[in-house]
Amino acid sequence: MNTNDLKLRRDVVAEHLRGVPRSGIRDFFEIVNSMPNVISLGIGEPDFDTPWHVREASVFALEKGATGYTSNMGLPGLRREIARYVERTFGLLYDSEKEVLITVGVSEGLDLAVRALINPGDEVLYHEPCYVSYGPLVVFAHGRPVPVGTRLEDGFRITRELLEKQITSKSRILLLNYPNNPTGATLDMEDIRWISEFAKSNDLMVITDEIYAELTYGKKHVSIASMPDMKERTIFLHGFSKAWAMTGFRIGYACAPPELIEAMMKIHQYSMLCAPILSQEAAVEALKNPERDIGEMRSEYEKHRNFILRSLRDMGLKCNEPHGAFYIFPYVGDTGLSSKEFAIRLLEEEKVAVVPGSAFGSSGEGFVRCSYATSLVELKEAMSRMAKFIKRLRS
Amino acid sequence: MDELLKILKNNALETPANIAKMLNLSEDEVRKRITEYEEQGIIRGYQAIVNEDQLKIDKVTAVIEVKVSPEREGGFNHVASRISRFKEVQSVYLVSGDFDLLLFVVGSDLKEVAFFVSGKLATIDGVHATATHFMLKTYKHHGVMMETQDEYERLKITP
Ligand SMILES: Cc1ncc(COP(=O)(O)O)c(C=O)c1O
Repeated sequence: MNTNDLKLRRDVVAEHLRGVPRSGIRDFFEIVNSMPNVISLGIGEPDFDTPWHVREASVFALEKGATGYTSNMGLPGLRREIARYVERTFGLLYDSEKEVLITVGVSEGLDLAVRALINPGDEVLYHEPCYVSYGPLVVFAHGRPVPVGTRLEDGFRITRELLEKQITSKSRILLLNYPNNPTGATLDMEDIRWISEFAKSNDLMVITDEIYAELTYGKKHVSIASMPDMKERTIFLHGFSKAWAMTGFRIGYACAPPELIEAMMKIHQYSMLCAPILSQEAAVEALKNPERDIGEMRSEYEKHRNFILRSLRDMGLKCNEPHGAFYIFPYVGDTGLSSKEFAIRLLEEEKVAVVPGSAFGSSGEGFVRCSYATSLVELKEAMSRMAKFIKRLRS
Repeated sequence: MDELLKILKNNALETPANIAKMLNLSEDEVRKRITEYEEQGIIRGYQAIVNEDQLKIDKVTAVIEVKVSPEREGGFNHVASRISRFKEVQSVYLVSGDFDLLLFVVGSDLKEVAFFVSGKLATIDGVHATATHFMLKTYKHHGVMMETQDEYERLKITP
């Protein structure tokens, strides 16, 4: 029976879902996919393949017969490696037995974190433009999303002034993502200091999505979880998708104090059971020599970043210098087009795909996101096509 | 290694204009540094990476292990340098292990290479044994895979 033929007497979809719009990215994806020979700067994942030794380790694990469930928390060996890695890299001390949970990507970590913390009606503050899932996940958990706009002139860093305007007696959680998707923004030590103080004085819990932590250029990443007295109020989320180019493995982790991990575990054990064992085995291998794997990719990205920054500025586009992730977020509002119109016309006229900034929240309007995690050959071609397009718009 | 050298090792045809953008330098600065590297002999040349298996040409390559008695003065250098001067010899390396020099030698056929080994190489003073292996197929050369692999297609837009 075709479900479209069902005549139901009521709207079966849960009320709190109805107001959540489809992802703007999905709409755009369908247009792009119907078009041949497109150069895409629209990809939120590395163009590198996963390092070969990591892929080989998962093939080996498969041959060995790693085909079952793991414990809910994840392989003990992997949790131990993660605890060592976050200590060495970010100075974070977590007990691998009680404070590390392996998740199906940071995506699941985010979902667990908000569900573990939100009571109906609680407000979650997060800076915008931001990753597409934040608002919807808060709604699914019956919380209220409160986006705090960030601006080009502040380098897309969250500001105290705008944050203070949004705080109410219902504010419970501050959700952060630096280095940032889609702007490439990072925080300075001073920012991290005031944000920590702000969280403590307003008794906010902090969820920090640091999935791009390894990918910074000219600055070393500092985790807010490493600030004094922040560990107990922070859920630190990280994963392998970006720095190790492992998006398809769907593997990430959450680090937090035991009560919080225990709460997240309750949801995880019933809704997910465990992360895929082959991906966990691959992650163990990925942590064996991360500096070498990531170092090479980072130095490639940095050259691509310099190239795209200079190219976009040469076109006369205003652009924040991104210090992290692999995105750049130029302002195209002065062409007189909305970000969606700009993206669609660039696609139709020059076959270059970028993502309209509005997909990342209303404060992204006027901007487009370009990913530079793409081959240099394609990047060069995309920039010369885009330059032609801008010139035409301005003439 | 300097990023400029990494870029050129990866693609010697990269233009100074593009390199300047990638390294946040001026184009003149890039040209100047390339010239310096050339003058210092750090950059010794620019060559295309060719998959010769795809060409129908008469050519064989031999990988030859050579045992050498080192000389009192200069060790292996003198013999290695004499061997290197033959134009049939593409590469010469001093290596650790059971033998001393590793050579890559080309010729138009087996006979020609065999003649080179018995007539020239083996007669050099100090060379006291050789073992010749003929190369059958090249899978990877200078970091480049020689067979085009099917690319797994990625999505064009992802969050
Ligand atoms: C900021 C941010 N958080 C989370 C994710 C999801 O990552 P994962 O693949 O670990 O689920 C992404 C992916 O694009 C992201 O950009």
